[in-house]
Amino acid sequence: MAKKDGDTGDAGTTGHEWDGIQELNKPLPKWWLYTFYACIIWAIGYWIVYPAWPLVSSYSKGVLGYSQREKVSEDLEAAQADKSTFRDKIASADLATIQADPELLNFAMAGGAAAFGDNCAPCHGRGAQGAFGYPNLRDDVWLWGGSLDAIHQTISHGIRAEDPTTRNSQMPAFGKLGMLKPDQVSDVAEYVLSLSGNAGDDAAAKRGQVIFAANCAMCHGAEGKGNQALGAPNLSDELWLYGGDKATVVETITNSRGGMMPAWTGRLDPATIKELAIYVHSLGGGQ
Amino acid sequence: MAAMLQRDEWKAFSDFLALGAAGLLVVVGLILALAGEDRVIAFHGCILLGAAGLSFLYMLTQIIEKKEPHDATSYADGVIRAGVIATVFWGLAGFLIGDVIAWQLAFPVLNLDLPWTNFGRLRPVHTSAVIFAFGGNALIATSFYVVQRTCRARLAGKWSPWFVFWGYQLFIVLAATGYVLGVTQSKEYAEPEWYVDLWLTAVWVVYFLVFVATIAKRREPHIYVANWFYLAFIVTVAMLHIVNNLAVPISLVGTKSYIIYSGVQDAMTQWWYGHNAVGFFLTAGFLGMMYYFVPKRAERPIYSYRLSVVHFWSLIFIYIWAGPHHLHYTALPDWAQTLGMTFSIILWMPSWGGMINGLMTLSGAWDKLRTDPVIRMLIVAVAFYGMSTFEGPLMSIKSVNALSHYTDWTIGHVHSGALGWVAYITFGALYCLVPWLWHRKALYSQRLVEWHFWISTLGIVLYITSMWVSGILQGLMWRAYDSLGFLEYSFVETVEAMHPFYVIRAAGGLLFLIGALLMTYNLWRTARGDEPVDARDQPAVAAAPEFRPGEYTAPAE
Repeated sequence: MAKKDGDTGDAGTTGHEWDGIQELNKPLPKWWLYTFYACIIWAIGYWIVYPAWPLVSSYSKGVLGYSQREKVSEDLEAAQADKSTFRDKIASADLATIQADPELLNFAMAGGAAAFGDNCAPCHGRGAQGAFGYPNLRDDVWLWGGSLDAIHQTISHGIRAEDPTTRNSQMPAFGKLGMLKPDQVSDVAEYVLSLSGNAGDDAAAKRGQVIFAANCAMCHGAEGKGNQALGAPNLSDELWLYGGDKATVVETITNSRGGMMPAWTGRLDPATIKELAIYVHSLGGGQ
Repeated sequence: MAAMLQRDEWKAFSDFLALGAAGLLVVVGLILALAGEDRVIAFHGCILLGAAGLSFLYMLTQIIEKKEPHDATSYADGVIRAGVIATVFWGLAGFLIGDVIAWQLAFPVLNLDLPWTNFGRLRPVHTSAVIFAFGGNALIATSFYVVQRTCRARLAGKWSPWFVFWGYQLFIVLAATGYVLGVTQSKEYAEPEWYVDLWLTAVWVVYFLVFVATIAKRREPHIYVANWFYLAFIVTVAMLHIVNNLAVPISLVGTKSYIIYSGVQDAMTQWWYGHNAVGFFLTAGFLGMMYYFVPKRAERPIYSYRLSVVHFWSLIFIYIWAGPHHLHYTALPDWAQTLGMTFSIILWMPSWGGMINGLMTLSGAWDKLRTDPVIRMLIVAVAFYGMSTFEGPLMSIKSVNALSHYTDWTIGHVHSGALGWVAYITFGALYCLVPWLWHRKALYSQRLVEWHFWISTLGIVLYITSMWVSGILQGLMWRAYDSLGFLEYSFVETVEAMHPFYVIRAAGGLLFLIGALLMTYNLWRTARGDEPVDARDQPAVAAAPEFRPGEYTAPAE
């Protein structure tokens, strides 16, 4: 092993050997030692400048008087001050005024997009395209209305949320509650599909029309065009929140549906909610 | 005669103690199985019952037949062979699960919508499997090997080393099955619940006693540096494990417990533990491995004894302060953040002391890097160690951390240490150990080691570089503002941007796994005793000591 090679440099070994392993007695590499010292000196300098060592009832504050908490509140205040010109105006103006003022609109669109990405996109999708059970916000189909005020109301108070003025309605679970028998559910589903020209069984649809008039028309309207005051969807278009095939429609009538959206009042500040309303309204379907 | 009698009495007493302990565990297992308040602890009670029952019966038959270990004066190598097999087995399991969850991150549908296969449950299975099962078994096995050879003493204890081995496997099984079934105390790298923690404590104390007792009866005047590092690892891990896991169970026959700390104190204790798990488990322990296998394989003396003394003590003293750098810009007080950061910077050179001693041990023998892929693996491990211990202090600087924290950069950093350093130094040690322990003239195939080296190095490079790019991109996207002061990107957009890097990372992990499979095949053929295909290309030191002409082998006792 090393002994045989004879090359131990000028340092020699420590004279010990373990299972054939020896150690040279070389000095510490100079660059290593000086870098080590430099790091220690730098650290001591840092301790002098910044808060560093715990004391009996406090800690060494450092000559700069740096405090992370103060720094972050200062930064937040500065960021808010930067935005305050527009923010204050948006907070006090009504939605139509904001939409009419190009500068405010520009600001509200930027703020709305940022807030949408982190708060709404998880359900409605990053492009607001919706998903199964979550409405597409880009089309002109609205459950509860697509005007600026209606959208603002929905965002502020949510749908079936814990909020006294939340938007609320509940379709009965016709099948589960025994209000309709399975073959009646099937018939009314055929009728509902026929409203958008998708009937498969005309006879069944005919029978279903009677059931529809007695059970469904009071919310969805005699022609199934829906009613935004009740959040009752239009059944005569080709767009479906939960799917428009026969089995899904049967399931909807049997067990009912009732999506939920949180009330954002209290979670987001009033200006942000206004910005969101304007942003969503602008996506293509605003009325 | 009197001394002989005493020795026999002592042996009988220790047999009695071992049997008694196994019997007690059978009772505990039975109680948990029958009175367990939830199904997981009942299941774990059944596992304990089975394990303790089997070991009770095994010891009983051994004692009745008055069987002694084959040769009580030679080295205890059986438990090390078992440790080598366990290391390879858990390594493959850990790498495989790691790659599975890497693909899950790239393609979430692979979560399969089942609770047991969900990323959240599999991730601790991966981290525990690679750190504690693969790394831990490698450390226990190599420490048992190194301490015997460098102390010229047989491992202390008759049953104890085997208790350490099997007790540790039981810990792994209880921990991993718990995770998959949803039992966790939600502390990173300390997920097992209170009763599994207690079990590990018992195993670890016996491990400590075996190690120290072996050193105590050494026949060398001095304690070799590798043993300092192993001992520091064993002692400190015991302290970290106990302090971080102090908890109050809500029932003695239930899984759930509450940690005694709360809020920022809990966070600080957790990261004091977490960072020192890196420092003392993944660094000090594996430096112990490095200090034996690098000079042994290179057949060169350690570069500098003085450097090993200074870097050992500075590393031990300074590492323990570095934990708060995991909590920059949180509720942790400023002063604690400062100390965490500055001690991390001071730690740079003490860490590099080990790298210098490893690399420079090769001076005068650099050609071995070309001819011996095993030494190349060991040395590249040391190089990765140097790289990660530079990157670590860099990332601990607050302004760098502001960008890197919570991003994939951290994941890349961890894996340059885990794959490059921990796994490579272990692979190198395994390639040395298998021919030595199974008394073979050489490894089955050195060419397969070459393949393993290059395939897995490519895997590591893909892994680290993709995580650097992904992490920095992520950090920059999170902090990007538009001209009006609004965030430029939503969180989900940053997730979307990670996708290609997640695919590259998972591909890198797959290469690493393939390399490990090649190693397994090679080691299996070696252990089985198949004729080596390229024995002439391999250095003399590849052979077991008895096949090395003129070799000095330290006898035990």
